[in-house]
Amino acid sequence: MYAYPFSYHRAKSLAEAAKLLQQLGDESRVLAGGQSLIPLMKMRLARPTALIDINFVPGLSDIQSHNGELRFGALARHTDIETSEASATVPILHDCAAGIADVQVRNQGTIGGSLAEADPSGDWGATLLTLDTSLRCSGRQGERSIKLEDFIKDAYTTVLAHDELVREIIVKKPPRNSGGAYLAFKRSAPVYATASAAVQLTLEGKDICKDIRVVLGCAGLTAIRAKRAEDELRGKKIDGKTIQRAAEAAREAAEPQSDMRGSADYKRTLVAALVKRAIGIAVRRARGERVEAGHEYVGR
Amino acid sequence: MSGAEKVSVRIRVNGEAREALVEPRTLLVEFLRDNLNLTGTHIGCDTTYCGACTVLLNGRTVKSCTLFAPMADGGEITTVEGLSSDGTLHPVQHAFAECHGLQCGYCTPGLLLSTVHLLNKNAKPTDKQIRKAIAGNTCRCTGYQNILKAIRMAADDMGKR
Repeated sequence: MYAYPFSYHRAKSLAEAAKLLQQLGDESRVLAGGQSLIPLMKMRLARPTALIDINFVPGLSDIQSHNGELRFGALARHTDIETSEASATVPILHDCAAGIADVQVRNQGTIGGSLAEADPSGDWGATLLTLDTSLRCSGRQGERSIKLEDFIKDAYTTVLAHDELVREIIVKKPPRNSGGAYLAFKRSAPVYATASAAVQLTLEGKDICKDIRVVLGCAGLTAIRAKRAEDELRGKKIDGKTIQRAAEAAREAAEPQSDMRGSADYKRTLVAALVKRAIGIAVRRARGERVEAGHEYVGR
Repeated sequence: MSGAEKVSVRIRVNGEAREALVEPRTLLVEFLRDNLNLTGTHIGCDTTYCGACTVLLNGRTVKSCTLFAPMADGGEITTVEGLSSDGTLHPVQHAFAECHGLQCGYCTPGLLLSTVHLLNKNAKPTDKQIRKAIAGNTCRCTGYQNILKAIRMAADDMGKR
């Protein structure tokens, strides 16, 4: 399949990319890993007239950990994150990175591209909303830092100006006695998840929930923070009853649409089940247990 | 038609420097097949699903239907044509032949490269790791059992060398 014709421009720096975006106008777009954009262009659901390739900009793939912060360059590939020391210290990041689509897509797709695309079915949005995440963005007017919850406005829509790009994603390391889990259910590896749930919590003592975030993926136009589900657990003892109440609240918070992946009702039930399990895994991890989790599909 | 200026793409393919002037929208798989006449890399679904078009770019597998050729400029690519040397099959190719790890063979080039990539990173993969490693390669004949056998045999053979 051929995409609609476009002119190709290779940026050597983000400043040059921002300049090109301004010069080439509204129909120009940034090309990072291309794993969302290229399929859309081949199906002609996207028809940019110009692409600005930032893959040749040096220094945009670094992953660093210092001063209690993890920093991911916008072009860090999912595979790089999967195998990084940073993701080993924050298991929810590993859950997400290690299961996005398949090996080939993870080798090419980038964290910055995924967030900037703001696909409602994307994995990073839901995962990173459970953590204290901000994006350092670079444009013609200089740099600014945007909190992730303020960054995603709607499906496929962010607050980025046309000539602005994501440079770096900064994640604050969770405090001690914290654990998290990202669970995504999909029919096969390469497809988007039917529904997903991200939970990150901090324990006080053995089973009191000091703090928690619950975020639902593929269950609305953006990832949804299920605050009522969090309220069911924050400050309380985590047991079968409170977990069940949180899962019910998550079901209420979900706004899924019926589509080829399942009916809205099915997805609500699925989301509630995933939240329930994610809380359980997060608790075990917060206690220091090693638990495997992530994307689940037939044949895994 | 397009008005889009053609761009020069230079890639080392199977160790050989290759170059062509192409429209920017040319997919990497089309560049390999149409410009370089390397038709071992297949186009299956053309929608980033099936992995028939899998090649190694700078040592990592990618779906060549989901890259524009200019993105690989200056890179190194290995296609199925680059696996054997001097008429000797690569151990992964040998194992797929021995175990009959194919039925119609359409997905085979992609699976060979995904296997090479896996075994380069992990010489002794578990069954679970093998399944995860080839989750992006679909065999429409559903001949997965022999494919798994072939990958286990390749891992054993390469471990003995």
